[in-house]
Amino acid sequence: MIGGWLAAFVLIAPMVSAGATTLAHATPRLQARLSLVGAFVLLAVSVALLVVVLRDGMVVLQSGNWAAPFGITFAVDNLGAVMTVIAAITGAACLTFGLGETGEAERRAWFHPLSHVLLVGVCGAFLTGDLFNLYVWFEVMLIASFGLMTVGGTKAQIDGAVKYVALNLVATLIFLLAIALIYGLTGTLNFADIARSVPAVSNVGLLTAAATLLMAAFGMKAAVFPLFFWLPAAYHTPLVSVSAVFAGLLTKVGVYALIRAFTLLFTHDPEWTHTLLLWVAGLTMVTGVLGAAAQSEMRRILSWHIISQIGYMVMGLALATPLGLIGSVFYLVHHIIVKANLFLIAGVAARLTGSMELKRIGGLYRSAPWLGVLFFIPAFSLAGFPPLSGFWAKLVLVRAALEIGSWWIAAAALVTGLLTIYSMTKIWAEAFWKPHPAGEAAARPLAEAPAAMLAPIAALAAGTVVIGLFAQPFYVVAEGAAQQLLDPASYIAAVLGGAR
Amino acid sequence: MELPLVLLIGLLTAVATWLMLSRNLIRLLLGFAVLGNAVNLSIFVAGRLTRDAPPLVPLDAETIAGAFANPLPQALVLTAIVIGFGLLAFALVLAWVAYERLGTVRTDEMRVAEPPEEKT
Repeated sequence: MIGGWLAAFVLIAPMVSAGATTLAHATPRLQARLSLVGAFVLLAVSVALLVVVLRDGMVVLQSGNWAAPFGITFAVDNLGAVMTVIAAITGAACLTFGLGETGEAERRAWFHPLSHVLLVGVCGAFLTGDLFNLYVWFEVMLIASFGLMTVGGTKAQIDGAVKYVALNLVATLIFLLAIALIYGLTGTLNFADIARSVPAVSNVGLLTAAATLLMAAFGMKAAVFPLFFWLPAAYHTPLVSVSAVFAGLLTKVGVYALIRAFTLLFTHDPEWTHTLLLWVAGLTMVTGVLGAAAQSEMRRILSWHIISQIGYMVMGLALATPLGLIGSVFYLVHHIIVKANLFLIAGVAARLTGSMELKRIGGLYRSAPWLGVLFFIPAFSLAGFPPLSGFWAKLVLVRAALEIGSWWIAAAALVTGLLTIYSMTKIWAEAFWKPHPAGEAAARPLAEAPAAMLAPIAALAAGTVVIGLFAQPFYVVAEGAAQQLLDPASYIAAVLGGAR
Repeated sequence: MELPLVLLIGLLTAVATWLMLSRNLIRLLLGFAVLGNAVNLSIFVAGRLTRDAPPLVPLDAETIAGAFANPLPQALVLTAIVIGFGLLAFALVLAWVAYERLGTVRTDEMRVAEPPEEKT
C-alpha cells in the first residue's frame, strides 16, 4: 500500500515543484530554493520507492481504483524504480549546477519549471504500465524539452531546436500509429494485458509490423542507428545544465521503453525483432564513436558518444539472455551518471577557458588540476577502464555476447571502447594539456567556478567511483531487475491478479 | 465504412509524406498536421466502427444490450488531438522565431549549429 502512495508521490512531487516554481517566477531566489527543495524531495521519495520495491517486490497502483486493464495502471518493478532514482539524482545534480550557470534572463525564461515538468514526464514514463499513458508521458517530456532547448534563444539554439523538434514530431506520430495497430490487434493498451493477448493474436505479420514501428519510434527517442541525426544537431546548443539532463535522461527513456517493449510485450518473433536490435546496436556503437572522432567541439564529441553508448544498452537487450539484460540495466545506471557529469565538466571547462571549441582552449591542467581529476573519472569510466563503473558494465555485456557466441558484437563493443579512449584523450590533450592559445592567463583557476557548479560534479564522480569499487550491490539489483524482465508472467500476475 | 476511411488514411499519409519531404519548414509542419490526422483516423478505425448505438447505459440497466460504439478510441483520439495541437502550436512559433532570427525557413540553409564547413 505504501508503495502505491510513493509511486504517486514520485509524480506529484515534481508536478508541485513545477507549479511552485512557476508561481515564484518573479522572485528568482525563492524560485531557485523551491526548485532545489523539490528536486531533493523527489530524490528522497524515489529512493524510498526503490527500497520498498526491493523489499516487497513489484508495486502496482491502479489509479482511481479502476481494476486493470480498465483503468490506468502504474506498475513499478526493479528497473522502473532504479531508473526513477537515477532520474532524480540527475535532476538534482543538474538543477544545482544550473544555479551557478543560469543568469537572471534564463531563470525568467522558465528554466526551473520546465526542468520539473521534464522530470514529471521522465518519471511517469518509468512508472507507467499502460502504452497510451506512456505516450502521454513522452509528450510531457517532449514539450518540456522543446522549451528547455530554447532557453536563452540564441541562433544556434533555434537552429538545433528546429531539427530536434521536427524529427521528434515524426517519432511521436510513428509511436501513435504503432499504438493504433496494437490496440486494433489486441483490444487493449495495458502492458500486462497486451503481453497476455499477444500469443493469441492470429495476424502475426501485422503484429510484427506494429512491433517494428514501435521499435522505430522508441529507437528515434533513444537515438539509435540510423535514427540519431537529431541528437548531434541539437545537444550542444542549450544551457550546459539542460544538455546534461538531456544527455543523461532523454535518450535513456527511449532505451527503457525499448527494454520494456521487447522483454514484456513482443517476444513472439525474436528471430526478426531481436536480430534487428542486435544489428542496430552494433551499428549504433560504431557510427557513434566514429562520428565523435571527427568532432572538435567538446559537447559535440560527447553527444556522439551518447549515441555510441546507447548501442551497448540495446546490445544487452538484443542478446536477451539474463546476463545481457543485467549488463543493459547496469550500463543504464552507470551511463546516466557518467554522461551527465561529462557534460557538466565540459560546462565548467568552457567557463574557465571561454569556449567549448577544443582549438580555442587549453591550459586547464596547469590552472585547474583538480578539474583534470574530476574529468579523468567519468571519461575513463566511459571508456571502460577498471576499476571504474564502465568497466563492469562492459565486462558483463561482452561476456554475455561471448556466452552465446555473438563474436562480432563483442568485437564491436571492444573496438568502440578503444575508440572512446581516443576521443577522451583528445579532450584531455587539447583542453587540459596543451597551453591555452590566448596565453597562460586565459585559463582560469578552478576557484573561479561557482561552488554550485562543482558540487554536483564531485558528487557524480564520487558516485562513479562507488559503483566501480563496490559493484556487487549494484550488480545484485541489476540481476533482480533482469530476472523480473525475463519473467513476464510475474508482471502480468502482479498487474492483473490471479482472477482473470 | 472501414474501406473509405482506410483509403482516406492512405491518401492523407501520401499527402503528408510528400509535404514532409520538402526542405521548407512550413510545409514540413503542414505535413505533420496532415499525418497527425491520418494517425488519429487509424486509431479510430482500429477500435472497430459500430453504427448501432451510443455507448450509454440506460438508467434501469447495468450494461448495454446489443452492439454499441466503442468509446475508448474517441477518448484516445481526443487526447492525441490535444497533444498534437500543442506540439504543432509550439512548432509553428518555433518556425516563426527561426524565420525572424535566422532569416530563412529552408532547412538546408539552417547551419548555425553545425560545425563550420571545411575549406578546400
